[in-house]
Amino acid sequence: MFVGLLTTLVFLPAAAALIIALFLKEKRQVRVFAGIVAVAELVLSIVAFASYDTAEGGVQLVDRISDWIPALNAQYFLGLDGLNAPMVLLTGLLGACAIFVSWRVEHRVKEYFMWLLLLWTAVMGVFVALDFLLFFIFWEIELIPMYMLISMWGTGRPTYSAMKFVAFTFLGSAFMLVAILALYFATGTFDMIRITQELGFDTPYSRLIMPAAVTFFFFFAAFAVKLPIWPVHTWLPDAHTDAPTAVSVMLAGVLLKMGGYGILRVCLSIFPDVARDYGTPLAILAAFSILYGAVVTMRQTDLKRLVAYSSVSHMGFVLLGVTSVSAVGGGFATVGITGASVQMFTHGTITGLLFVLVGLVYEKVHTRHIPDITGLAVRVPFVAVSFVIAGLASLGLPGLSGFVAEIMIFLGAFKANPWPVAFAAFGVVLAAGYILWTLQRILFGPPSDRQEGLTDASWMERLPIVTLIIAIVVVGVYPAVITDVLDTALPNLINFRMP
Amino acid sequence: MISESAAWAIFFLPIASFLIIGLVVRPFFNRFSKISAYLAILAIGGSLVLSSYALKSVLGHEEAIGWAAHEWFSLGGGEAFTFSIGIYMDSLTAIMLVVATSVSLMVQIYSMGYMKDDAGYARYFAIMSLFTASMIGLVMARNIVQLFVFWELVGVCSYLLIGFWYQRPSAAAAAKKAFIVTRIGDFGLLLAILYFFFNQDTFAAAGLNSLEIPDIHQAAVMGLIGTVALAWLAGGIFAGAIGKSAQVPLHTWLPDAMEGPTPVSALIHAATMVAAGVFLVARFFPVFSPDPHAGMTAAMTLVALVGGITAFGAATIGLVMHDIKRVLAYSTISQLGFMMLALGVGAYDAAIFHLFTHAFFKALLFLGSGSVNHAAGTFDMRYMGGLRKHMPWTYVTFLLGSLSLAGFPFFAGWWSKDEILAHAFNQGGVGLVVYGLGIVAAFMTAFYIFRVVHLTFHGEFRGGVEKKIADASAGVVRDGAVVTITADEESKRGEHVHLGESPVTMVLPMALLAVAAVVAGFIANPPFDLGVIQAHWFSHNLVMAQEPLLHFEEKAAGIEVGLATVASIVALAGILLSYWIYQAKGISTDRIAGAFPGLYRLLYRKYYIDELYEGGLVNRVFYRGLAFFAAGFDSRFVDGIVNMFGWTSRNLGRAMAQAQTGQVQVYGLGLSAGIILIVAAFIVWG
Repeated sequence: MFVGLLTTLVFLPAAAALIIALFLKEKRQVRVFAGIVAVAELVLSIVAFASYDTAEGGVQLVDRISDWIPALNAQYFLGLDGLNAPMVLLTGLLGACAIFVSWRVEHRVKEYFMWLLLLWTAVMGVFVALDFLLFFIFWEIELIPMYMLISMWGTGRPTYSAMKFVAFTFLGSAFMLVAILALYFATGTFDMIRITQELGFDTPYSRLIMPAAVTFFFFFAAFAVKLPIWPVHTWLPDAHTDAPTAVSVMLAGVLLKMGGYGILRVCLSIFPDVARDYGTPLAILAAFSILYGAVVTMRQTDLKRLVAYSSVSHMGFVLLGVTSVSAVGGGFATVGITGASVQMFTHGTITGLLFVLVGLVYEKVHTRHIPDITGLAVRVPFVAVSFVIAGLASLGLPGLSGFVAEIMIFLGAFKANPWPVAFAAFGVVLAAGYILWTLQRILFGPPSDRQEGLTDASWMERLPIVTLIIAIVVVGVYPAVITDVLDTALPNLINFRMP
Repeated sequence: MISESAAWAIFFLPIASFLIIGLVVRPFFNRFSKISAYLAILAIGGSLVLSSYALKSVLGHEEAIGWAAHEWFSLGGGEAFTFSIGIYMDSLTAIMLVVATSVSLMVQIYSMGYMKDDAGYARYFAIMSLFTASMIGLVMARNIVQLFVFWELVGVCSYLLIGFWYQRPSAAAAAKKAFIVTRIGDFGLLLAILYFFFNQDTFAAAGLNSLEIPDIHQAAVMGLIGTVALAWLAGGIFAGAIGKSAQVPLHTWLPDAMEGPTPVSALIHAATMVAAGVFLVARFFPVFSPDPHAGMTAAMTLVALVGGITAFGAATIGLVMHDIKRVLAYSTISQLGFMMLALGVGAYDAAIFHLFTHAFFKALLFLGSGSVNHAAGTFDMRYMGGLRKHMPWTYVTFLLGSLSLAGFPFFAGWWSKDEILAHAFNQGGVGLVVYGLGIVAAFMTAFYIFRVVHLTFHGEFRGGVEKKIADASAGVVRDGAVVTITADEESKRGEHVHLGESPVTMVLPMALLAVAAVVAGFIANPPFDLGVIQAHWFSHNLVMAQEPLLHFEEKAAGIEVGLATVASIVALAGILLSYWIYQAKGISTDRIAGAFPGLYRLLYRKYYIDELYEGGLVNRVFYRGLAFFAAGFDSRFVDGIVNMFGWTSRNLGRAMAQAQTGQVQVYGLGLSAGIILIVAAFIVWG
């Protein structure tokens, strides 16, 4: 089977990067070309998402070459199911935004867009690859453009942050590789769907060469770093703070979701029993991560660092939703895990928007130091209104998408672990605190004289902002857009063998 | 009988107004921002008409009009769970709809005059529409998650309106405070929702849905949920109500909330934001009191005591405030305490009755204070006085509102307050305690509101904002502190005070509300049949809505003459005392304050609660304590370990690199040493 849509989706940006490298010279040419590719890629991702047939379910739009590496029994296997379809849409959306917010980059434009496009290919590949070897290759390839983008176009201590990011991910990847091999030797295949069916449903874990729980946590180590979960989160604030705007958007919007997606796709699908047995410690870890992230966010004075720490808090919700798998009956697990998936999508759009706006503010006032920024609302009303919307979405205001995810996560997870969830729910109060305080400090109050003559966002800059706001409102008001697709994958995920 | 689409229209009309103003008028036609006021008023007027129709439809119906719920989104192919939305229309809903839409209409007409020439005119009416729509959505909600959605939207709209003049730091701070303090309460409500869903399996076994409000009522009455669990649920719900309705200890946001435009305060204090808390407890009344014959449950006792303490405590602060809006704000907190107190002693109908009458006279009083500010330029009563002659309409309407609030016989507030006190008294036990708190609070209420009337409208004019700014620049000390001016007064620097009546757009709503403030009590709950109006139709219908569930007895058969007389005498005494002090100058206020300096300071500083919360808890304990520690822990310890790994491997690498000298002799030495060691090991252990 080879539909070709997903292959195009994955390799279009890479091909564009190649064309830029070989044929384009002018900065303007490069930008316009990248812009066109971005729009095309966005359209393709929307097409892929929309053409997923929810009535049929299962894996669709398959691109498969069974004998890719016959010696290893590795396949070239791309496919779309309910679990990764929203991620594909998200990656299309944010990748396009990342290209458009990079319009003002002047330093080594050609290389910049090449790396950004390559990054896009790698992340898209992670989400649609359904063969472990392919998955792992995309997972690792993503590091190279990230390293280059942060260290060459970053600010502050870019090489330190870039290296920290790479080192952390590699540490996790090492564990993941061992776990992948354990699965390979037990089943003789890298096919993620087949492994899920064989291990997750029919055969006991005894064929594994190491205990199932160990394998589970080896995978979990890799995904926890990416998510990130306390205490392996400290790469995130550094990477975010020093990265250029577009990279922060991609990092917060899409790259963190690789961790959450991995947990759902691998940890939960293949080891549902382990996930259930360790539900309580994981819930405590998630709740701690949520509160810890929120409290530390309070003290941040750098806008980017502040949003970065809030991501630590918000991504904890994904893990919290996953722990609902321990609940018995009542559809709690479905509610909670759907919530976790929706949270990945909504956090991507909301935090992506926040980083776009922070980047815009930085471009205008040349500082991210919160005490130096005040009264922006008077000078740049469009940016201010968007900032308020993004902030309110981030603190979980109903009608915007963050709320839908959070309420589902809480409802689902409360049954299995009431106390950790009750504590985690206090995170919504803390979120209101740091978000509104930040808005008050940078947007409200009398405008500063130093910021006289600021211009509001241009039409070019408004485009990604408005797009993301629409995504946030649509999912907030009518969540079925996302949940109907997710719903085709989750029942298979959760109907594991009952004890 | 109202159809479902008509009921939805009550909600969607102001939503449409919000969307049109927010997405079309404001961005593209801001030059024609006048349109936005007409749009908003038209929409809310339509909602008022439909709401009245809804009220007419539910009267005489024993059970709520039950329209089937609609699917919002479903999970597990609908088998796992379906989130639904729908309308629950009973007499409580219908009454709340009428209150919200009518007060909102009056406030928005008034705003046309009050907000004239404001740069944010369109934004103002957009948010006002959303605010009203959210309140409508809240009271119509059939599902508790749906209710929570609108609950939060009401909160965010007040955030946006309190911080409407965002350039003022005080407004931005007050807006933030309002949202965060109420969100602490919302946390409790959220936990209650989670706990309901926790019991979903039990609900499902009985064919019920744990998130549907009618099902929750049934489950509570059937005893499906244990007593202890019910008490926790009630506690969580009440936490939400404490936040929204500004009850002790989460009351601190409401007095600050007057940083917003005055019509916003009128709406917040009368019909939307704060009323939501009382409504919430009323809506989940069966959870608080599953069996009305069993006396007060623990949760009800808590509600009654919190209400009583709030009614009393807020009234004491109201005695000493100089700012007319602050007096009114504490008055609102106190009156909300009365409503909670009523709910606590089981007087469900009396609580809503008081909410109903209070909405009219409190909206009127706030609009009156705005009108006064229009003339004098300040809200500081020390710089007012004598306005009676210059603004007769404002004076008369304000006076009527004050009489109603004070509980002067036969005014609206008298009927409802009396009913609450009578219920509390008859309840006995804790009821007697809260009756005591309530009757003293009623006395103080009459006193402080007539203090306002005297200071504002009687005597000689004391210079208004001009004089105050002059005093502030001269560093004049009054009441133990240098006079400081507010952001609102600052914006009027350089203007001259010219006293005069406000425009008709402002006076007309006040006049209409004044009529309601006088007659609403009698018309709504007449003690005998009035031709077309049945005796006690209001209470009767409210109680009847609960009847099939709770088997209420109608206790409020009539005004109890004895208790009513006591309450009336207390109100008159308060009015007379304030006349004696402020009009007849029977005693100087300085002498009273001087006689109890400690007490006066305590009240004037609002029991130091703001200092405790903001300076103590938030700043010292949390921000400079816990958060400081956590941030340090994160960067020093957690990240320190990471950097230590980096440092170790780098230096280890460097040390190893030293060994790579490139000299074969050194490598050979190492090799030989290794071989010797291996051989030695074999000899020893082999």
